[in-house]
Amino acid sequence: MGKFWVIFVASISILLPFLCNSFSPETPTDRRVLVLLDDFAVKSSHSSYFNSLKLRGFDLDFKLADDPKIALQRYGQYLYDALILFCPSVERFGGSVDVAAIINFVDSGHDLIIAADVNASDLIREVATECGVDFDEDPSAMVIDHTGYAVSETEGDHTLIASDDFIKSDVIIGSKKIEVPVLFQGIGHSLNPVNSLVLKVLSASPSAYSANPLSKLSTPASLTGSAISLVSVVQARNNARILITGSLSMFSNRFFRSGVQKSGSSTKYEKSGNEQFLTELSKWIFHERGHLKAVNVKHHKVVETDEPALYRINDELEYSVEIYEWSGTSWEPYITDDVQVQFYMMSPYILKTLSNDKKGLYSASFKVPDVYGVFQFKVEYQKLGYTSLSLSKQIPVRPYRHNEYERFIPTAYPYYGAAFSTMAGFFIFSFVHLYNK
Amino acid sequence: MSNSSTSDLLKPFKLKTKQQELLISILCLVYILAFITRLFSVLRYESMIHEFDPYFNYRTTLYLTQHGFYDFWNWFDYESWYPLGRIVGGTLYPGLMVTAALIYRLLHFLRFAVHIREVCVLTAPFFASNTTLVAYFFGKEIWDSGAGLVAAILIAVCPGYISRSVAGSYDNEGVAIFALLFTFYLFVKAVNKGSLAWGLASAFGYFYMVSAWGGYIFIINLIPLYVLVLLITGRYSMRLYVAYNCMYILGMLLAMQIRFVGFQHVQSGEHMAAMGVFFLMQVFYFLDWVKHMLSDTKLFQEFLSITVTCAVAAGGIALGVGVASGYISPWTGRFYSLLDPTYAKDHIPIIASVSEHQPTAWSSFMFDFHILLFLFPAGLYFCFKRLSDATIFIVMYGLTSMYFAGVMVRLILVATPAVCLISAIAVSATVKNLTVLLRSKNKVAQIGSTKGTSSAKASSKASLDQSQPFQKNGAMALLFGAFYLLSRYATHCTWVTSEAYSSPSIVLAARGAHGNRVIFDDYREAYFWLRQNTPPDAKVMSWWDYGYQITAMGNRTVIVDNNTWNNTHIATVGRAMSSYEDEAYEIIRSLDVDYVLVVFGGVTGYSSDDINKFLWMVRIGGGVFPVIKEPDYLVNGEYRVDKGAAPKMLNCLMYKLSYYRFGEMMTEYGKPPGYDRARGVEIGNKDIKLEHLEEAFTTSNWIVRIYKVKPPNNRW
Repeated sequence: MGKFWVIFVASISILLPFLCNSFSPETPTDRRVLVLLDDFAVKSSHSSYFNSLKLRGFDLDFKLADDPKIALQRYGQYLYDALILFCPSVERFGGSVDVAAIINFVDSGHDLIIAADVNASDLIREVATECGVDFDEDPSAMVIDHTGYAVSETEGDHTLIASDDFIKSDVIIGSKKIEVPVLFQGIGHSLNPVNSLVLKVLSASPSAYSANPLSKLSTPASLTGSAISLVSVVQARNNARILITGSLSMFSNRFFRSGVQKSGSSTKYEKSGNEQFLTELSKWIFHERGHLKAVNVKHHKVVETDEPALYRINDELEYSVEIYEWSGTSWEPYITDDVQVQFYMMSPYILKTLSNDKKGLYSASFKVPDVYGVFQFKVEYQKLGYTSLSLSKQIPVRPYRHNEYERFIPTAYPYYGAAFSTMAGFFIFSFVHLYNK
Repeated sequence: MSNSSTSDLLKPFKLKTKQQELLISILCLVYILAFITRLFSVLRYESMIHEFDPYFNYRTTLYLTQHGFYDFWNWFDYESWYPLGRIVGGTLYPGLMVTAALIYRLLHFLRFAVHIREVCVLTAPFFASNTTLVAYFFGKEIWDSGAGLVAAILIAVCPGYISRSVAGSYDNEGVAIFALLFTFYLFVKAVNKGSLAWGLASAFGYFYMVSAWGGYIFIINLIPLYVLVLLITGRYSMRLYVAYNCMYILGMLLAMQIRFVGFQHVQSGEHMAAMGVFFLMQVFYFLDWVKHMLSDTKLFQEFLSITVTCAVAAGGIALGVGVASGYISPWTGRFYSLLDPTYAKDHIPIIASVSEHQPTAWSSFMFDFHILLFLFPAGLYFCFKRLSDATIFIVMYGLTSMYFAGVMVRLILVATPAVCLISAIAVSATVKNLTVLLRSKNKVAQIGSTKGTSSAKASSKASLDQSQPFQKNGAMALLFGAFYLLSRYATHCTWVTSEAYSSPSIVLAARGAHGNRVIFDDYREAYFWLRQNTPPDAKVMSWWDYGYQITAMGNRTVIVDNNTWNNTHIATVGRAMSSYEDEAYEIIRSLDVDYVLVVFGGVTGYSSDDINKFLWMVRIGGGVFPVIKEPDYLVNGEYRVDKGAAPKMLNCLMYKLSYYRFGEMMTEYGKPPGYDRARGVEIGNKDIKLEHLEEAFTTSNWIVRIYKVKPPNNRW
């Protein structure tokens, strides 16, 4: 019996590093990725994209979307850190996976890439709706752009679009500028205006519209112009990241390799921007970039070093926090000048920009306002592309104790004088009155 | 010979000691009776703190014994009124806590290892016992020792007093009534004696009263009123001058040492009467002196009119300037509502919402005073027949406090000592007259038989003798009647104490279908759950009634509590409770609330639940935030929760939280599911979905329901 126990412990201790080799707050980059496909052909037709992921160390697990054995979690533990849905036409997932399971997967902090396509199934649409984007309701609609299409040998129906209207964020799409337009062919979507977290990464040009290219346009297109988003991302409140696009072929080897010439432009590029764009975007999605952490939140009175349980009004205090950014392999100091701390009780009483020492340590010192109550040190740092930092630390502020006031104040000396002279006068009066008969 | 002379000498002394022995043994018995009649609640339930406010007092006392007086004095409590906090040391009357802590220290010094809770539970009965002694001495002072004894007995069991002083009712009133009566007694004594020492003692009595209860305002207004009446009726004397000045000046200075009272004695409108009378006394004294110096009455009359006019004008101008410059604060709403019973209803819903602030019903006078209600006017009659400074005082005390008792239910408590004393005078005087009659007949008969000489006298004697058997029988009958009434009073008091006033209200008891006792211990179940299952810094939002209990028993931070010092904060909670869920969620988030607690009586038929209090939440919320309108929750001016209820009512947060999952529950045989037993209707919205909150805990009888506030949607 004891022997088994030893073996068990030994095997656990050997396996432990591998078991732990996944997403964690300390190494936020994803490791294990489940790829759900309609058809294993996609695995080879989109191999460039998959290979770039594999090269960066991801462990891809390809499954058919209707495989009855797929499961996202077992015994309450998630088996994967991220999910790629390259299965636009799946009507029903196999195994225990359904919309709710995918949403729970995201809500517990995991990442998701959804690529839909023309004739996207209701299931995929539903997942997308949950994430705050709505695909065009017409199942056969495609994004058409008669001025921003990609020039090809055949005239075609202008559904192959060359778009270069990227989001202006180095964090999301990389610091190297994407010079070449990105090829897109598929269904457009719009952002739900209620959702404040979804962002357009690649939007269609103002001349684009969404319609069925094979039929005549009888009614005005429901989605037009730059309201159409081609690629969108969501960063949820728990920092899970989601990529949604209406084109599976964007990721294909064919699009990666094909040359591109935007209509109306004379420059013809040898290779489209898809590879650079999507690879950089996947780095962001899988937390290789733009992931911040704040540690060592400290506060204390100016001359002291220990953190007090509560402050007194008008205390001078220092607040500091260390902020690091994940570079994909290690934590680097995050350097910026726009991190602010609030001293907050229902509304910020003090709002101060933190100064940093270029090593990730941010600090500020200020005076506690002359108001008592339960305050919070709040750092709400939300910057485009970065994970949001929301630190709050409760700290009560008490009024003066009865013996912390000044005992004698100069302005009150007339009163002291009056009191003592009255006493003295009374004493003399009593004396005179009693003994002067 | 010498033997007989010594026995003659000893005779009155012996009689006196015998009387004294009797007196002391009666007082001891009364003392014990007053204590043990208040122990019903401990025997029925357990040694526990009752109701709402006592939990705060208990918590502060605990803090006082654990951290010492200075920390208590400077205590800033950040677990209540989140996020504002409350300076507890500066916003409470510390007399009760200090008293209990001193008793606790004393017992520990004597090596009695009692828990502070036991001390707190028994503080009120102990002080009630002491009150009986004070009542005896007071009665003796204003009438005679017989009246004092009767007063002690009456007050020992009077339900009006017992309602606030049963074991476990650890509230300010418990010690304050003792302090109130003691102050009055000392002041009357000072007026009778005209001594500085008694005046000083009454100042200290007043100090203790100020430290114990906000009701001290009654003393500081009644005593000047009394002085004024004496001045007007021409009973001004040097005794009065000494007693009042000493009591007022020293009492005021001492009262300023209480942080919560501070400079109110010189700055607030409620205390100005006392100051005015103080200055009036000086004018009187001055006039007296001038009259003494001037022998010319005509000149004096002129001088008098000028001085009085000047003094009144100066006083009026000073008051006007003080009020206009804001130095003297105007009367508070509470004070107004005492003078004008309809004021609170129209202007301050938060005062009107408290059940003990409601005008008193006739039945509760009967319930709390029983025969004292009839004896009171009789006592007044006796007082007027033998008018003295002391009886004038008790008459004034009785009449004013009776008026206040009619304005607010809780002030019956203040009237009780006066009613007991005046009734005691009635009882004592009647019984004395009757017994004198019984005894004198024998005496007169004796005298008549031995000394009857003249015919005229004999004839008159004869007529007296003829009436005497009848008189004797009448007296006997009346005496028996009086004792019968008093015994009925004792029975009634015991019954009321046991049935009505010994319920801790934190544990509810009901009769089951088979007559057995059913105990609902849901409150403590819920608070214990909070203590065990929520993070230590969790914030709980509930209606303010439960704030003290949540902090004391659940040890969690609350948004509002029974110390209703910030109306806006309470109105915010009222607004959240009466809004739709998504609007309420915004408010809840802005207050960092983690849990919402509601009290619901639909399953057990417990009627003082949050749905029945809900209209007050609407009114208080609407008083600050006009978006909340009371008519939105009513249908044709009627408050209902069934199908005919207003749509806003059916969908507001309070309704949803109270009736969540209730629609699927069978509460009573033969009634549809979702039948609310507290209101006797089938609820109108049975399909309640919660979006931003989720049920966290519901107690076994559904009386307390706790909901957890969900974090904001992850992807939106």
